[in-house]
Amino acid sequence: MHELALLVAATLVAGTPLALAGLGLLVNERAGVLNLGAEGLMLVAAIGGFAVAHATGSDTLAFAAAAAAAAALAAGFGLLVIWLNTNQYATGLALTLFGYGFSAFVGVAYVGRKLAERAPFEVPGLAHIPFLGTALFRQHPMVYVTMGLALALAWFLFRSRAGLVLRAVGENPESAHALGYDVRWLRLAAVAFGGAMCGLAGAFLSVVYAPLWVEGLVAGRGWIALALTPFATWRPPRVLLGAYLFGGVTMLQFQLQGTALQISTELLAMLPYLATIAVLALISRNAAFIRINMPASLGRPFHPGS
Amino acid sequence: MTDHARRRLLQWAGLTTVAAAAALAGCAKKEEPPAPAAQAPAAAPAPAPEALKAAWVYVGPIGDAGWTYAHDQGRKAVEAEFGDKVKTSYVEKVPEGADAERVIRDLAAQGNKIIFATSFGFMEPMVKVAAEFPDVKFEHATGYKTSANMNVYDIKLYQDAYVSGVLAGGMTKTNTIGFVGTFPIPEVLRNINAFSLGAQSVNPKVKTKVVWINTWFDPPKESDAAQSLVNGGADVLLQNTDSSAVLQTAEKNGKYAFGWDSDMSAVAPKAHLASNVVHWGPYYIKAVKDVLDGTWKGNQRTIWGAKEGTTEVVKMNEAIPEAVRKKAEEAEAGLKAGTLSPFTGPLSDNTGKERLASGQVAEQDWLDKVDFYVKGVEGKVPAGN
Repeated sequence: MHELALLVAATLVAGTPLALAGLGLLVNERAGVLNLGAEGLMLVAAIGGFAVAHATGSDTLAFAAAAAAAAALAAGFGLLVIWLNTNQYATGLALTLFGYGFSAFVGVAYVGRKLAERAPFEVPGLAHIPFLGTALFRQHPMVYVTMGLALALAWFLFRSRAGLVLRAVGENPESAHALGYDVRWLRLAAVAFGGAMCGLAGAFLSVVYAPLWVEGLVAGRGWIALALTPFATWRPPRVLLGAYLFGGVTMLQFQLQGTALQISTELLAMLPYLATIAVLALISRNAAFIRINMPASLGRPFHPGS
Repeated sequence: MTDHARRRLLQWAGLTTVAAAAALAGCAKKEEPPAPAAQAPAAAPAPAPEALKAAWVYVGPIGDAGWTYAHDQGRKAVEAEFGDKVKTSYVEKVPEGADAERVIRDLAAQGNKIIFATSFGFMEPMVKVAAEFPDVKFEHATGYKTSANMNVYDIKLYQDAYVSGVLAGGMTKTNTIGFVGTFPIPEVLRNINAFSLGAQSVNPKVKTKVVWINTWFDPPKESDAAQSLVNGGADVLLQNTDSSAVLQTAEKNGKYAFGWDSDMSAVAPKAHLASNVVHWGPYYIKAVKDVLDGTWKGNQRTIWGAKEGTTEVVKMNEAIPEAVRKKAEEAEAGLKAGTLSPFTGPLSDNTGKERLASGQVAEQDWLDKVDFYVKGVEGKVPAGN
């Protein structure tokens, strides 16, 4: 029973960076911009957050700095793809490569450094409930913030007027433009927000999860986050569940190795990706379903006045 | 084939092509002393130069810890040993593949008389270039192909793992120790088995749990694996990954772990029991000396360990009780003296099958083919390797 609680706890932690980045990318994509630079943003934020945490000892400052740095970088990406209409795929890939090199360059001095020790986090009153306390209530606050953000974004996108406008910009920018909305600035705001979320994810990895800095720390999680949005059919709560599923499978691989159960861990590692492909295949079969869920102008540039 | 070798190979293969291209662009040639003008290829008999030119090819940046750093320490040891009799240079961040061949050929053409390539993936390029420059001596780390002017060299890291095992066996309270493994290849299995045997030598009740992460590089995953071992009851951990993630996870949980490849004592002062380090210097000094003396011979495979000073367990934690420390030091002394061999019969695997008869000491051929867990290690070696 205790082991199961620990597995649940580890799953929540493993899923959190995926969920943060996935939610950010979801907002990007709902506004019609595909940002393949997520991995690069997370790397830059990871070293930025680590450096700030190392200098100040404050997690809050580290997350704020990481989010700001990644948002600024994402805004640069936004300027290129929204105003200059560069190809979103190529620009995003360039951002990933830039982030990889830049973070390695800046991070050389931080390899092997350690952060000050922190007391384990506990939710007052709840942390000592048997089973549930261990499983759910001894996490870094960011884990709970992520859950809150998923719900808040679901409300924002589907229950608020501003969310409706954002989705309109992603579905049909020409119509939104004709109605008087400034498509480009709205898209820029969405891209910057997505960047900030990727920043939180990166800082979570380097400050809370690992916690250390080495070149290439993010190790492909940006790409998993990108796979999460179609897997979740562009719905925030499903992104959260998907992230926990992906994280849980990773943890399960290790847990199963300790037991007598002989299941190929390679097979388990493959499952989330198979699931993504299966979901994509299913929703793509149904034209109505794809119309309802996938932002119609995803990845397409918008030229006002044309 | 060693874990380092494979690691480098896979790590580089795993990078996106453009990232590899970026690394390629960053591949910088650095010469310590200013190089004289490039000489004619060694095929044309050149007059003996003042100082012997020796060059190193590194797969990564030197940095301040890890694989390439350890090799560069070895190069510096050569400089310190021979002074102005030798001129050393190196090229760092050389991707394994076509570019490596160009770099090695350049170095040979520039008049280097001995060239060391320090990653497994440099083997084929080096074999090719060695055939073109019969007067240049080539040395390849961790490979298996030799020729009249090419040797291979490697180290017995499992000796370090054995000493760490002795410490682990003395320190564990749960009688369960853990190992975070990368890929189930002989090198890694040797380390796991040596770790387990070392622990059992002082504490027969010890069980070893293994978690494979199937990657050479992913610090968060390394901590996950370490955490799952801790959750499963292990209280002393060893790993064969380069990062300090496992050590830090142990620190967070109030458990013990070890540094691997380089001294990691600063990262986790409480959890750090000792660091398993490698010294390439002794071999490099020997190889360069052989060239200077004219006694260098090709077709050699040299694998050194504690006895020759290439592996060592350092920085044992103050908190280790005297009795435990003593046993570890005895083991280390036995390895150094050559009187102790971790893999000595009777030795059976964890299915009960005998692998070494009583009194039999493992030969290199046996070591090259380890594909099982020894008794005391739980689980089954994943298939497919």
